[in-house]
Amino acid sequence: MNTKCDKCDRPAEVHEIDVEAGRDIHLCREHAIEAGFQVPQSAPVTELLTQFATTPPPNETPTPRRAERPTACENCGSTFARFRKTGLLGCPDCYETFARQLESIIERSQNGANAHVGRVPDRSSELVDLHALRRSLIEELDRAVASEQYERAANLRDRLNTLTADEVGG
Amino acid sequence: MKLKQTGPWIEHSGPDADVVVSSRARLARNLTDLPFVNQASDTQRREILQLVRSLPFASERGEGLVWIDLQQSTTEDRRLLFERHLVSRQFIESVSPRAVAIADDEQLSVMVNEEDHLRMQVLLPGLELEEAWRRAVEFDRRLEKHADIAVHPRWGYLTACPTNVGTAIRFSVMLHLPGLRLTNELERLRRASNDLDLAVRGFYGEGSDSSGDFYQVSNQLTLGVSETDLLATFVGEVVPRIVAYERMARDILVERSATLLEDRVHRAFGTLRSARLLGIEESMKHLSRVRLGIALGLLPDVPLGTVQRLFLEVQPAHLRRIRPDSTDDTALEPVGEDRMLDDERTRRRRAALVRHELGD
Repeated sequence: MNTKCDKCDRPAEVHEIDVEAGRDIHLCREHAIEAGFQVPQSAPVTELLTQFATTPPPNETPTPRRAERPTACENCGSTFARFRKTGLLGCPDCYETFARQLESIIERSQNGANAHVGRVPDRSSELVDLHALRRSLIEELDRAVASEQYERAANLRDRLNTLTADEVGG
Repeated sequence: MKLKQTGPWIEHSGPDADVVVSSRARLARNLTDLPFVNQASDTQRREILQLVRSLPFASERGEGLVWIDLQQSTTEDRRLLFERHLVSRQFIESVSPRAVAIADDEQLSVMVNEEDHLRMQVLLPGLELEEAWRRAVEFDRRLEKHADIAVHPRWGYLTACPTNVGTAIRFSVMLHLPGLRLTNELERLRRASNDLDLAVRGFYGEGSDSSGDFYQVSNQLTLGVSETDLLATFVGEVVPRIVAYERMARDILVERSATLLEDRVHRAFGTLRSARLLGIEESMKHLSRVRLGIALGLLPDVPLGTVQRLFLEVQPAHLRRIRPDSTDDTALEPVGEDRMLDDERTRRRRAALVRHELGD
């Protein structure tokens, strides 16, 4: 199906969902660029990021939660709007402040990966609360199974197993 | 600025040097309790510089790191660091407080206040990613002993750009791929790399072209794959495959168009040995063919190290500070980057240098 651009007769190349207005947007390349969308070419990671940031992830519930979301990081004052513009966060705390929005951005930029595997600082026992991590992984695993995301569930289970091995070993 | 004339690493040829020029491991790290660089005030940025500079990691192995404050450096010196692959373009173009610490052998360098508080790299000749990784970790451990590094239980090492979280590591190899270019196979390599979540960039990284047939291949993913798994894929599969592919392309060229190939190599060599004016792109192109000629045994008397070195020395900032006695004895007045690039005087000096290095 060839959808036409909302603003002219050319075929649309960018298809987005405007969550706030509750409608679909279809734009040709020129109008998409004019509207500030990143039009995909052979986009490097930095460009992809801007795309992610300007595209609300489809699995997010739109307006009701919006009001609860913090608009600025209490620690550094950085806003999510600023992140959308620059692709950069203001401080480590921003990862907590904007956790919900960042989760899908990170997952999409990392091919679906959703948790770190690998080196942590040697003093990580002080820095990383393994029990809290285990609890959150178990909760995520439950959710993944409930929503039949089996690949994700398998990844989470692997990670839990690694965690257990580390605890036993370390 | 206390830098040697050329990066010492570039003259040495490591494993698989016919194709692999260098290997690099780069880690991004941020300190806790301070905003990321983009959100930090100049005062905070200076605080970060002081904090990093006061860390004792330089002394443990007696390898003093040279500290270069970029705000205090000339345009030419900053450009030199960039040409030497020690800092990024973004880093030399910024105007805020920032510095780079460089080991004497230039194999280890740390950019302070680039996109992240610290970006440390280990750069080695040839295919030596494992060694690069080993040294990067060694340095990272020393850093962790003295500084609190921002880590998240789920996202791993935290970075200013959320697409770098996790291991926050970039492994990359610089490859010389004239065979794949001459046989028009590069597009296939690009597609395959893309499928494997690898980025292919030019000689000077992001946004640079593939001058001299050099290509940097690096990982895009930093989350969900441990450094050792990533390394195993790189060293065990990705790089050997590309190397084999390039060698196969070279074999095909030798088999099917030996005379044409020899002609191109010797023409390039002839031009480099006789030209009176040499532009940068022209030099890179001919040097690439000469490098290929050396790898194929067509130029047995030309040392690979010399050609490797020339790839750097023909760059504008390098050219301006190199051996005025043997090339052009008039000192060049300091100029901005735009004027440094390719005027007639620069091209004359470049030609003189190359003739001197490759001449009889």
